[in-house]
Amino acid sequence: MKVARILNLLVVGFVCAVVIVGCQRKGPKNVTPILGAPTTAPGPDETPFPPVENPPGVGQGEKPTGKDLPPDPKALPPNLEDFGNMLGDRQKFKEQTVYFDFDRAAVRPSEKSKVEFVATYLKGNPTNKLRVEGHCDERGTEEYNRALGERRALSVREYLINLGIGADRIITISYGEDRPAVQGQDESAWSKNRRGEFVLLLPKPQ
Amino acid sequence: MNCFCSLLFDTASATVLAVVFLGLSVTTGFSQERQKILIEQYAEGRPIPVSVSGFTGEVASALKFDLEIAGFDIANGDAAQYEITGSNNGRLEGHVTDRISKAHVLDRAYEKGSARAQAHAFADDIVKTITGKPGIAQTKIAFKGETASGSEVYMADYDGHNAVALTKDGNLVAAPCWMPGRRVIYYTSYRLGNPDIYSYDLDSGARKIVARYSGLNTSAALSSDGRRIAMIMSKAGSPDLYVADADGTNLRQLTKTKEDESSPCWSPDGRTICFVSRAGGRAALYTIPAAGGTMQRLKTAGVSSPTEPDWSPDGKSIVFTSYSGASNFNICVVPAEGGEASVIAAGEDPSWAPNSRTVIFARRKAGKRVLSLLDVPTKRVKDAAQNMGSRSQPNWAK
Repeated sequence: MKVARILNLLVVGFVCAVVIVGCQRKGPKNVTPILGAPTTAPGPDETPFPPVENPPGVGQGEKPTGKDLPPDPKALPPNLEDFGNMLGDRQKFKEQTVYFDFDRAAVRPSEKSKVEFVATYLKGNPTNKLRVEGHCDERGTEEYNRALGERRALSVREYLINLGIGADRIITISYGEDRPAVQGQDESAWSKNRRGEFVLLLPKPQ
Repeated sequence: MNCFCSLLFDTASATVLAVVFLGLSVTTGFSQERQKILIEQYAEGRPIPVSVSGFTGEVASALKFDLEIAGFDIANGDAAQYEITGSNNGRLEGHVTDRISKAHVLDRAYEKGSARAQAHAFADDIVKTITGKPGIAQTKIAFKGETASGSEVYMADYDGHNAVALTKDGNLVAAPCWMPGRRVIYYTSYRLGNPDIYSYDLDSGARKIVARYSGLNTSAALSSDGRRIAMIMSKAGSPDLYVADADGTNLRQLTKTKEDESSPCWSPDGRTICFVSRAGGRAALYTIPAAGGTMQRLKTAGVSSPTEPDWSPDGKSIVFTSYSGASNFNICVVPAEGGEASVIAAGEDPSWAPNSRTVIFARRKAGKRVLSLLDVPTKRVKDAAQNMGSRSQPNWAK
């Protein structure tokens, strides 16, 4: 009787172990590497790293609770390669450059009509795509501004998606404070640098 | 009478000897005590005065620069605790004597390498001998240097000399970061029309793309064991904090906020990442377990808008930039567990030296950025060499 019980527990334990191991092998969520992403592991190191005592849990990650949801197709940026081989037109929406408040990424009410103008055009020209370029003024550190510029470009993109433009038609890029529109150390210059610029992308003529 | 005289003489000489002996031991004892206090107080910012003579040209200037940024004062004669003498003519000969005890502390000759390299080697030996701490005069930095076509990644001596371009991308670069213990550097480059993260092995020449997802890939930071990388990427719809293996595989998203995260750095034990987030409305420092978990605000009381943190190699402090309006950027230090932040110098974008004492940073000067060195305990600032356009985003090799 006891032996049977122990055997039972062993079998249950074994099954559980298999299930757990099986679950861990499910792998990371949808990650879309773009052209040039490394596909092979690098070669062996010439200089071996000194042995390190790993803190507990490193490389395993915390198991999330709750249900997994399928990724929101609106939020995710499209593949870079879908935007290769297109011509960029900076002049088309020069008047529609969106301006932002200091340290903010939200599209101001006063700027919304510009984004709506761009959306209307894109709806009427379905083969065209768009790049939104995010910029900052110099009143921030460089990596902070690089992330803020990206957040600004994404805000504009979100607004366009909410107006019905397909998410796969809009790509973003941030230049942080690297490409000011106006040089100067006052608000008149700074306000013109906190911006999102639209670059219309046209398919190359066949 | 003879007996008495000799007795007197003996007593007298004995007394004289005793007095001299006593005097000597008192003097020696007192100065050794004074010396000991200086060594302990050196760590807290009391400069050690030294005299320097006999050296010429670049050796003299490099040596003095190295000692001053190491927290020594170049003093004259009687004010000096140590006398540093020697000569240089292709071969550097250096001698260090303790002025009070008259002890020879260091006698060394340096051959091969450039004059500057010999001076740096001597400076490191002086620092190590006198303070017991390792010097930083032979360490390297990387930085972003402005060019006609945008910017490139450069490496240089810690003092800005001997700058060499590590990229030739003809576009924009950003955020260079050394892999600890290796001559491998990570950086962001727009060469393919998007900000992507690269690694470059200086010895093998191998250059690899580490992260090229849609949107932003930037702010690579290596853990101190060189095995993992933290990055900021917007592939999931907003600039978030990610970790991966150093080659970019095994990617894991650590933050999922609606606002932007930026500039991560690792605790030296690899357990925690400190970074910036605007999730709370304004820029603030946060920490999160590197294995994943909840982000927690790191208190930086007394200063506003903290960004670009860097964790000291000894684990004790976090240096960062505070912005307080107009053109006011300040280098601040806070204990690693958070608390009261101290303003140390005007500037931005700091990076710790391996000694957890010196910091390199950028400051705005006449329409461009220059690199400067900061000795945190003395608050002494010295500009690094500058012979080109803007230099910014320095990173100290460790």
